[in-house]
Amino acid sequence: MLQVTDLAKYYNEQPVFSGFDLHLPAGRFQVLLGPSGCGKTTLFNTLTGVTPKDAGTITWQGQPVPHLGNLCAYMHQKDLLLPWFSLMDNALLPVRTRGGDMAAAQDKAGQLFLRLGLGGYESHRPDQVSGGMRQRCALVRTLMFDRDLILLDEPLSALDAITRQRHQHLLLLLQTEFDKTILMITHDVDEALLLADDIFLLTPMPMTIFRRFSPEPPKPRAFDDPKLLHTKAGILDHLGKGGVS
Amino acid sequence: MNRAGFSAAALVCLLLGIWEGAVRIWEVPVFLLPAPSQIGWTAIVKAPLILPHAGVTGAEICLGVLLALTTAVPLAVAMFAKPVLEKALSPFLVASQAIPVFALAPLLVIWLGYGIASKVFMAWIIIFFPITVSLLQGLKSCDPEYRTLFTLMGSPFFKTLALLYWPWALPQFFAGLRVGVSVATIGAVIGEWVGAQQGLGFLMIQSNARLQTPLVFAAILWLAAMGLFLWALVGMLEKKIITWKS
Repeated sequence: MLQVTDLAKYYNEQPVFSGFDLHLPAGRFQVLLGPSGCGKTTLFNTLTGVTPKDAGTITWQGQPVPHLGNLCAYMHQKDLLLPWFSLMDNALLPVRTRGGDMAAAQDKAGQLFLRLGLGGYESHRPDQVSGGMRQRCALVRTLMFDRDLILLDEPLSALDAITRQRHQHLLLLLQTEFDKTILMITHDVDEALLLADDIFLLTPMPMTIFRRFSPEPPKPRAFDDPKLLHTKAGILDHLGKGGVS
Repeated sequence: MNRAGFSAAALVCLLLGIWEGAVRIWEVPVFLLPAPSQIGWTAIVKAPLILPHAGVTGAEICLGVLLALTTAVPLAVAMFAKPVLEKALSPFLVASQAIPVFALAPLLVIWLGYGIASKVFMAWIIIFFPITVSLLQGLKSCDPEYRTLFTLMGSPFFKTLALLYWPWALPQFFAGLRVGVSVATIGAVIGEWVGAQQGLGFLMIQSNARLQTPLVFAAILWLAAMGLFLWALVGMLEKKIITWKS
């Protein structure tokens, strides 16, 4: 469904990544796992066309495209809610900006609010609710993009550990309930293990994929699943080598 | 009244008291320096004389502010949308502030006449700069990650402007507007000094020439009150509009 071939991005003549390949089949949840500063966000910015790519091709559903800017929804570690709008107005932003049936969108957003435990908070301002609720509102907004591909940029890393655990299964809903294809970047090994169909370990400078793990247990997974712990040991072993082997 | 407000009021009272005492003890001639009590008294008794002039000056300031708003806002937005425009125009903007209004005032009176137009224009020159600059800064201060979000939503510029940039810039816009209205009096009064038949600046020049010093001070008092009123009005408007915490 999404095929990235030979993608390259240079910064001051130094490659952040070059010859980067990725194949993301429809409906799959793939996670790029790597340390902070290894170029994951640059990769997303290049994929979405926020910064132009220096080489490579991106193919979406068999068609070559310049970037995924108009094809994917995007969720950032910051909730990026606008403080002057209510949660509902924030969730409706993608519809408001591109124009469309507002009544239907409001209906849909209302149902998502209920589904994600935000019922009754539609007219609250972002500063009146908790960080977890803000991130869930951002999740509703992401779904309101109404696009098949979702890019998640460390979506939960701004939350505290307890809140983060409670929100991980909500991310899983994107795949299981809303049939999205997901590419997520994170530095959280446990999060990757819980959510991913495929985990790609990244090395920095230049960023390359050097190992692929596909955790076996069906989702939803438990932290203490023996098979998962086995995979985790493998990942930690590779990360322990600093990814420079 | 809060503590800060109380101490400010106490300080003002103290200074006025010293002024009043000094004038009375050394029997300073009225044409040199009238006592505060006399100034206040004049400002009230002479109100029928002062008010029409204050009305004219007030109208000049308000028209100047409106004119500045209708020009500064589109200009700032245009410069924000097209950085080339900002590069091209900013030397002129700075130059417009580097030339003292005093130097322009006589010319403007020649070009626009002794009526209200030359004063409105003078006020406009002074006000529009802080509004343009602060609004532009406010627009440019928008977090790039929010911009990215709007880009990915496929939002056209004017929608992004209405939903994101404009609200984002509002606090700085109001800061500029506050500065603008509080210096607007300068423009109007200078215009009136150079040539006018009415207005507080005209009243000041006339009274000064006749050594009616209490009336000069009374006019200044009214002018200051008008400036403060506009300042407070903008502050209230800001509180009314910006209801969120960022």
